[in-house]
Amino acid sequence: MRPRSLFAPASPVAAAALLSREQAKALADRVLAMAKADETRVNISSDWGGNTRFAGGEITTSGEITDTTVTITSTVGKRRASATTNVLDDTSLRRTVDFAERLARLSPEDPEIMPELGAQSYASVAGYIESTADLGPEARAAAARSVITRASETGRVAGDVFVAGFLSANAGASAIATSRGLFAYHRDTGVDLSATVRTPDATGSGWASAGARDWRTIDPAALGARAAQKAVASRSPQAIEPGMYTVVLEPQAVADLIPLLGGAFNARSADEGRGPFSKRGGGTRLGEKIADSRVTLYSDPGDPDLLTRPFDGEGQPIQRRVWIENGVLKNLSYSRFWAQKQGVAPTGGGGGGGGGGGGLPGGLKMVGGTRTTDELIAGTQRGILVTHFFYIRFLDQRTVLLTGLTRDGTFLIENGKVTRSLKNFRWNESPLFMLNKIDEIGRAERTATGQMMPSIRAKDFNFTSLSDAV
Amino acid sequence: MPTTRRDFLIASAALAATTGARAAFAAPLTARAIATPASDPFVDELAMEALNAARAAGASYADVRVGRYRRQFINTRERQVTGVNDSESYGIGVRTLVNGSWGFASTSAMTRDGVQQAAREAARLSRAARGAQRRPVELAPVAAVKGTWSTPVTRDPLEVPIEEKVALLLSANEAALKVPKVRFVTSGMALLREEKTLATTDGTLVTQTFIRVGPQFTATAIADGDFQAYTEELAPRGNGWEYIQSLDMPGNAERWASLAAEKLTARSVEVGRYDLILDPTNLWLTIHESIGHPTELDRALGYEANFAGTSFIAPPEKFINKFRYGRDFMNVQADRTQEGSLSRVAWDDEGVPAEKWLIVDKGMFKDYQTTREQASLIAPLTGVKRSHGCAFADSWSSVPFQRMPNISLMPGEKDIGLGDIVAATDRGIVVKNRGSWSIDHQRFNFQFSGQVYYEVKNGKITGMLKDVAYQSRTPDFWNSMDMIGGAKSYWLGGSFGDGKGEPSQSNSVSHGCVPARFKQVNIVNTGRSA
Repeated sequence: MRPRSLFAPASPVAAAALLSREQAKALADRVLAMAKADETRVNISSDWGGNTRFAGGEITTSGEITDTTVTITSTVGKRRASATTNVLDDTSLRRTVDFAERLARLSPEDPEIMPELGAQSYASVAGYIESTADLGPEARAAAARSVITRASETGRVAGDVFVAGFLSANAGASAIATSRGLFAYHRDTGVDLSATVRTPDATGSGWASAGARDWRTIDPAALGARAAQKAVASRSPQAIEPGMYTVVLEPQAVADLIPLLGGAFNARSADEGRGPFSKRGGGTRLGEKIADSRVTLYSDPGDPDLLTRPFDGEGQPIQRRVWIENGVLKNLSYSRFWAQKQGVAPTGGGGGGGGGGGGLPGGLKMVGGTRTTDELIAGTQRGILVTHFFYIRFLDQRTVLLTGLTRDGTFLIENGKVTRSLKNFRWNESPLFMLNKIDEIGRAERTATGQMMPSIRAKDFNFTSLSDAV
Repeated sequence: MPTTRRDFLIASAALAATTGARAAFAAPLTARAIATPASDPFVDELAMEALNAARAAGASYADVRVGRYRRQFINTRERQVTGVNDSESYGIGVRTLVNGSWGFASTSAMTRDGVQQAAREAARLSRAARGAQRRPVELAPVAAVKGTWSTPVTRDPLEVPIEEKVALLLSANEAALKVPKVRFVTSGMALLREEKTLATTDGTLVTQTFIRVGPQFTATAIADGDFQAYTEELAPRGNGWEYIQSLDMPGNAERWASLAAEKLTARSVEVGRYDLILDPTNLWLTIHESIGHPTELDRALGYEANFAGTSFIAPPEKFINKFRYGRDFMNVQADRTQEGSLSRVAWDDEGVPAEKWLIVDKGMFKDYQTTREQASLIAPLTGVKRSHGCAFADSWSSVPFQRMPNISLMPGEKDIGLGDIVAATDRGIVVKNRGSWSIDHQRFNFQFSGQVYYEVKNGKITGMLKDVAYQSRTPDFWNSMDMIGGAKSYWLGGSFGDGKGEPSQSNSVSHGCVPARFKQVNIVNTGRSA
């Protein structure tokens, strides 16, 4: 039997386009009208993504995805649960609402539950750029060809280089509505391009990447050239003894480390004595100097370099928040529950429940200097230049001690100049230690969508063993 | 609100008649027997519509995957529930070959128009890729197949009442909190049911239902400004609720939590070289990272160069039957048929039947993990012309590519266990459970840790150590393995979330192994003064 629905028109909410504010509001209202719980929250996410992947100088896979999901969080007394669906006809939505309510009734009481938020006001953040939302398969393929062509030309001195990379564009609309009258809506775009170039003698590898809200700010050919230059320069690396070295970390390498401090700012962990900012004997290190006095780290959805969503998953507005100011721990991250318990304002980023505060919402920017990476290199007598890191894992939550490896271009700096390519290292180091061993901070550069990081010259970075990986 | 099964069935039937969408997940919350998955006429028909549209748009080959994913996560801490989340995702992905170039598009618009549009979009992506294509894609042959398969379970975890699940976790937490100095406990479970229909223009049409469960337990002890956490190695499995019950979390939690408290007084390790004895609860992940990943053919060929990395086992012609991974008692098997394993299937995402084969045979590297696109690239070296069936897409919205099958270290001939290896060791360290793990992008240099460590002196365990990590180079490490356990000490570990690919996809994979000893491995100290 052929189901009749095969001939039904496509449901309007499942169309490829993102939901507009009005469409999202209408969908949220439909769901809220079905709800019978004491409180209901609706989180809507409507997304488009287009990607193109290449390796060996050719496109290997590419894809497009459109999807809209609705998460319904129901609260009955002090009981709460949520259910998510991407099937958006009335029957399915009603079933999902019913299911969330049944799950909530069956869940035990949560003594830390916070009521859903009522209407809030949000700063307007213009993070949606048409040039990114319009980046279709032909334009992406053309960009991939630009990377491949320029990287191949630049790398020619090393022979027929191997070029691989990835281009991914995304556009998304997110909306939150609650039965207490809150409605929030935000749209944004993001695009990331990265490329790896490997030399045919298998001794050199270089990498470059860019991330932005606006595709027009990314130059694929220049990025391909940069990766190829690194690959050529990194050929025939030499081994030097592992140990403590002065390092110049390019902004991407800094971006691999600093965001991993996110969990350290969790107020509840700090208050409960199990965070890096817990004080021995009780309390936290709030207000104490925890880093070099040139270090300032903050989040701010409205910063023109960040432009992130101005609210979290509960609809809590996200404001500018300075985590470290001139080396002093200025703020911790508070969930709504923990903020109320401690008598402070919530920072946003909490998902409800028992978490103490979720990460660092509102993008991340580290500032403290004005010089370029090249200027930092020029001011280095002897040190190691790191392009980026790989496979970073926690060794000790108490100190944010991490392990990881260098990758795709590690060089020796002597008397202000890059003199030779070095074999990759494994390192065991903490970004908290590093922020106390800073020699110089460079100018913040965009390292990813919603993220700005500087290059850093730091002393005594702990390289522990050599890696044969190229 | 449909609260009875009868109401639910009526609602579902009405839904199917009016919109064609299948009943999503409003199954009753009480247990019921699991039926063999029937193929769904509506889904099959949509899949055919997509294939026809792909052909009409110029595809010489196309495959479609319709997926319906049900995921439930329950998390608790101490005496409260921190989250009950249930999600479903339903959609279709269409992959096309036009003039030898791949294209892929996916949509959650499960209507005739929606899937046809996705098929045409996929063909458009194929054409766009044509301008940057050096050689046309060739697929290894596979016989068309029709059928259904389901993970054999006694009790579907999604059908178990939520109260029962929460009670089990809170009871484990309560037991853990009895241990002095243990102040924090988190526990949880991830419960997944994935229904997947694959249809190809070669004539394959199969529907499979995969059920996987992943429990979790961590206790944290606090004293004198120090804190130590212990996470029990509760392997996720391709099993039903009966597996979670078999772990007896409430009965074991006190013992697990006491390990967190004991870690507070453990002695910090002295760096140096030790004979390293790895329990299967730790070794499975080392196998995953240092054997599983470097033997992925796409990594060896550079397809992952920009993200996960390449492999030291490359180029294939210099390694197949030429590279000694370890001693002659080292046998490593890939297996997509293994009972209870996470990557068990009947057919992979290209319709290739599940099989098992040796990656390492008597210590020698023998073969890679392959898909239909890759098999021909090394067939002259291995003599294997078919795909080993390693294609996998983690969602209807993801493109299938080469993913790791279950890869396991086979037991030795002598039926010995961890205790026998300890008894035969003069100076060593035993490592249990997964801790931190990190390995370079060609899979040479790694550093792994565990949850608990024991010092071994003169054949006996003499005390607990802390701050231990072992660091080595893959070929040196495996060639230093001089003792392995027998069949009775075999244990199946695994991971729900193995990331690879761009956009990144998550694969679930199991690794079985026996305890093993590695001679004179470098031990580093990861304490706060490091």
